[in-house]
Amino acid sequence: MPLSPKPLSNVTLTFLLLTRLRLKCSDAHVIAEDTIIVEDYQKFAADGEVHCRVIPVESEHSAMSACIGSSAVGARVATASASAGLALMWEILYCAASMRMPIIFTVANRALSAPINIHNDWSDTYGARDSGFIQIYTQSCQEAYDTTIMAFKIAEDHKVLLPIMVCIDGFILSHNVERVEMLPTEAVENFLGVRKPFITLDPENPITMGPLALTNYYFEFKEQQDRAMEAVPEVFAKVEAEFEMMTGRKYGMFEKHKTDDADIILFTHSTLGGTAKATVDVLREKGEKVGVVRLRMFRPFPTKEIVEVVKNAKAVAVFEKCRSFGAPSNPLALELRTALYDLEKRPMVTDFVIGLGGRDVPPTTIIEGYEKTKEYLKKGKAPLYETLGVRK
Amino acid sequence: MTEPAALKLKDMLKKQEILSSGHRMCAGCAAPTIVKLMGMALRGPTIVCEVTGCLEVATTIYPFTAWKIPWIHVAFENAAAVASGVIEAIEVMREKGRWSKEHVDVIAIGGDGGTFDIGFGAISGMLERGHDVVYMCYDNGAYQNTGIQRSGGTFRGQETTTSWAGKVSPGKEQRKKPLAEIVAAHRTPYVATVDPYHHRDFITKFRKALEVEGPAFIHAFSPCPRGWRSQTGKSMEIAKLAVEVGLHPLYEIFNGTEYKMSGPSRRLKELRPLDDYWKTQGQFKHLFKPEWADFKRGLQEQVNDDWEILKKKCGIE
Repeated sequence: MPLSPKPLSNVTLTFLLLTRLRLKCSDAHVIAEDTIIVEDYQKFAADGEVHCRVIPVESEHSAMSACIGSSAVGARVATASASAGLALMWEILYCAASMRMPIIFTVANRALSAPINIHNDWSDTYGARDSGFIQIYTQSCQEAYDTTIMAFKIAEDHKVLLPIMVCIDGFILSHNVERVEMLPTEAVENFLGVRKPFITLDPENPITMGPLALTNYYFEFKEQQDRAMEAVPEVFAKVEAEFEMMTGRKYGMFEKHKTDDADIILFTHSTLGGTAKATVDVLREKGEKVGVVRLRMFRPFPTKEIVEVVKNAKAVAVFEKCRSFGAPSNPLALELRTALYDLEKRPMVTDFVIGLGGRDVPPTTIIEGYEKTKEYLKKGKAPLYETLGVRK
Repeated sequence: MTEPAALKLKDMLKKQEILSSGHRMCAGCAAPTIVKLMGMALRGPTIVCEVTGCLEVATTIYPFTAWKIPWIHVAFENAAAVASGVIEAIEVMREKGRWSKEHVDVIAIGGDGGTFDIGFGAISGMLERGHDVVYMCYDNGAYQNTGIQRSGGTFRGQETTTSWAGKVSPGKEQRKKPLAEIVAAHRTPYVATVDPYHHRDFITKFRKALEVEGPAFIHAFSPCPRGWRSQTGKSMEIAKLAVEVGLHPLYEIFNGTEYKMSGPSRRLKELRPLDDYWKTQGQFKHLFKPEWADFKRGLQEQVNDDWEILKKKCGIE
């Protein structure tokens, strides 16, 4: 039976919400000093709402390292970072995933230096797309909140045991003010239960974690890691079904918006998905056959399911906030093109790089990409990618 | 239940060993001896967090491990941060009733590369946070694991594969970082230098490090026959010499301010000449060429000065 959610909370910031959530449901929360979460922690501690240790580390590199240490003894662990902080963690991201530590990591997607820039794009987490983390991109505060709750349960499932990045667009979502339905603490506690680790650093049953594995075994570790990633969709669906029972809310691996009869499907994620849907609604009023697929799960990429949704469209227009320098196109389009390659009749794929360093992406930029795609369809040929909304 | 430290030979033989034989450390390497001495000091359940290095790779080649106590390695520069995570998690789980053991000691181990250089920030962070961890550096004076490259722990005049001795260079030209004192400057409750030759001093100090509340740091001198080009049977003699010539004086620092010279150093009437130490190792043989006579004199003067300064700090005139 669905629980009735707590009355709407006051307007608040996503980061505050996520912090509160993690402080409630995790054992250890590891953060570098420069995040606003430290300030928030003090506030929640003053209200007696903290049920976990916060380790104020000196760097993001140490943050992810301490997460691994805590996770290795069986604690439920979460952390948060963005941009340069994520980049500093890079090496340890791979360790966290390869050592199969179910760490929950909120990332406010922000541009990487140089020039130094604090605003939103997806270069940071796209760069970490091969680190072995599951990546889920969210569109609203509510979705980020709900996804974070589910993330613990997905990550800790013994079929998975992988860390998860829950991605929110820097500033656009991280500092967004939005009404959110928060769940009662007991409901979250009942939903998640206590973490049941697969294996821990236990003096009564000593094991060695993080050994050297050479040419004769390293590859087998990677094979197992790959299988864990393959198991994610099934576990994700199961956890989301339970969450829906409790809240009535579900999100899926991606969201479809007016795609059924669409000739052109816009393919993007995060808050840009909202802009795309609003733009599509206006275009639909003008009789355009256009829809949106807003991706949520980028790792693992829901290949089969995405192909199923877009295969009958004439074109898919990708909008992504990252340039993969030197690559034939960019991360999101690369995945989509690979997914579609084996089809006999493929939709055309156009790829628009937009919004780097927080450059605003208004509906007019989406329409520009849409119009270009229509034009390329007429010509029967499109460039592999192009940038929009930039001085050239 | 707290087990006593094993200081006498008959107790040592009875103490449960933490590192088994069959590991792949080089013949004559002092690091396994150092780990075994550490084991003699343990007081009960212990978790070890280690940085990347010789000891890590050569004791845990999958699917084998030489470690008989829980052990974790994550990366080169982060054992202190991993240890912070371990200790905080144990504390919070104990509060929540999910950790039944009474007490667990957490030890972080790093080589000189992982401690003096790349892991330095993480150690400083751990000290500042005051986590109750014993960090032990086994210092073999270079990145021996990756091919004998110089580190912040390499001595002046030492030849490595990135500080070659040649016609115009006498090996490494810079001083060694005064790591124990840098650690102590954080007002760390307990810091001690140890040497595997002086095993009772080693075990006694390691036990103190475990017993002190808050962070403690052990700086262990660790001869490396492969990197130092010394005879494999001479490592303990070289370790003894390092104390006698004053390159690795033995002392303790309490709360960052109170220095105490340890017996083996305190009993020295005067330092033995550095030549006695240098001639045991191929990595210093260039120093005996006439062109480096002045440089060598400078090194001796520096060690003499450092010795006098240390004696003063320890209240020995």
